[in-house]
Amino acid sequence: MHLSPDEMIFWHYGVLKLNGTIVFTWALMLVLALGSKLVTRKLSTGLERSRWQNLLEIVVSAIGRQIEDVGLRHPRKYLPFLGTLFLFIAAANLGTIVPGYEPPTGSLSTTAALALCVFVAVPLFGIADLGLRRYLKSYTEPTLLMLPFNIISELSRTLALAVRLFGNMMSGVMIIGILLTITPFIFPIVMTVLGLLTGIVQAYIFSILAAVYIAAATRTRKSETDSRPAPTP
Amino acid sequence: MLIDWFTVGAQALNFLILVWLMKRFLYQPILDAIDARERRVAAELADAAAKQAEAKQERDDFRQRNEAFDQQRAELLDKARDEAKTERRRLLDEARAATDALQAQRRQTLDNDARELNQAISQRTRQEVFAIARKALGDLADTSLEERLGNVFAQRLRALDETTRAGLAAALGSAAGPTVVRSAFDLPLPQQAAIQQALDETFPAKANLKFETAADLIAGIELAANGQKVAWSIDDYLASLEQAIRDLLESQASRGSAPPHATEPKSGAATA
Repeated sequence: MHLSPDEMIFWHYGVLKLNGTIVFTWALMLVLALGSKLVTRKLSTGLERSRWQNLLEIVVSAIGRQIEDVGLRHPRKYLPFLGTLFLFIAAANLGTIVPGYEPPTGSLSTTAALALCVFVAVPLFGIADLGLRRYLKSYTEPTLLMLPFNIISELSRTLALAVRLFGNMMSGVMIIGILLTITPFIFPIVMTVLGLLTGIVQAYIFSILAAVYIAAATRTRKSETDSRPAPTP
Repeated sequence: MLIDWFTVGAQALNFLILVWLMKRFLYQPILDAIDARERRVAAELADAAAKQAEAKQERDDFRQRNEAFDQQRAELLDKARDEAKTERRRLLDEARAATDALQAQRRQTLDNDARELNQAISQRTRQEVFAIARKALGDLADTSLEERLGNVFAQRLRALDETTRAGLAAALGSAAGPTVVRSAFDLPLPQQAAIQQALDETFPAKANLKFETAADLIAGIELAANGQKVAWSIDDYLASLEQAIRDLLESQASRGSAPPHATEPKSGAATA
């Protein structure tokens, strides 16, 4: 039993390796991209449209509304990044119902990579929105004394993002694995269902937190009331 | 070690590629489709609003035309009513005039009838009086009416006043033809001789007489010479008889038209 799909090595050359995390991620990417391509191949601009187009429109619109609810005024600007975060994590977590599948999000490397992407994206969006000087100045607010704490906050929340998702997914897989050895009937199915719910919730939490961080970087420092650190569940 | 930094890098790269793929194949097409649909719906809504405005405009126009039509119809109706009133008045006037004309004609006819009746009555009266006189004279005096008339006419010729006599003498003197004596009956020869004699005695000139019978002279004789005329007839008697009869008829008519006092209605009840 693997603690992480990283341990499933398919190919290895020096530091280069092809482990389960990367393979399953590629598979997911293929499914998502192909599915999108197939559905959007014949998009209707009229009042009548296919169910798959309806479904994707609902998903995309819902993600856009969620981003807007968080406080980002132009959701389309952030939709590709935040939407892909949600869809990738949700797809990775929902894939656990497929036998033999190991979710890439159960790997700390994947969650760390995603957290690093958020860690890089937040200042990039912030600088794009506020400009470099104002963005950097925001770290010294409300006083210069807060600069180290703000930097620590940035690092710690990135770490928290990575560990939270990894812990939840890894624990879910581990629990199912342990239960399979103890009670092979019924309970693993219940836990799998619970795992699906947990997976969706974690995808939502991860992408919403990323949206909140970006919103905090782009908007909150414009006023004092918005300068509070973003909440962490 | 739970973190494999190569995998971390690979996954970050994978994620970025996935972001691009999803943007390329999912978000952009879907958002474009939604935008296109929204534009289409907005265009359709604008079109519907334009059509609604157009319909409202047309409805207003139609209403205005209806009002104008109603007004025009009312004016035409008023005009037709006035014309009908005028025409009715004209027809009534014409009918009244025609009635008046008819009444006048009828009155004229009645008058003519009355006149003709009067003439007929006079004629008949003359004839009757003449017949009665003839019979009475025959029965009582043993003489004929013609004899008496001839004698009376001869006496009248003798008793002419001066002016008439002078005028008649001048006329007899200047007459080219014979002097005509007209009578309603054939004068017997003695009477013709008596008249001739009376003329001879009265006028110096010898009168050449010609005796004619005229049916319209009922019980009358007349002598006409060059515009002068001497006549006698029973017309005076008939005139007095007519007058007496007219008086009698008028008194009868006035008595018949006066309503009795007992049947006269009370004025208050009649006007109630």
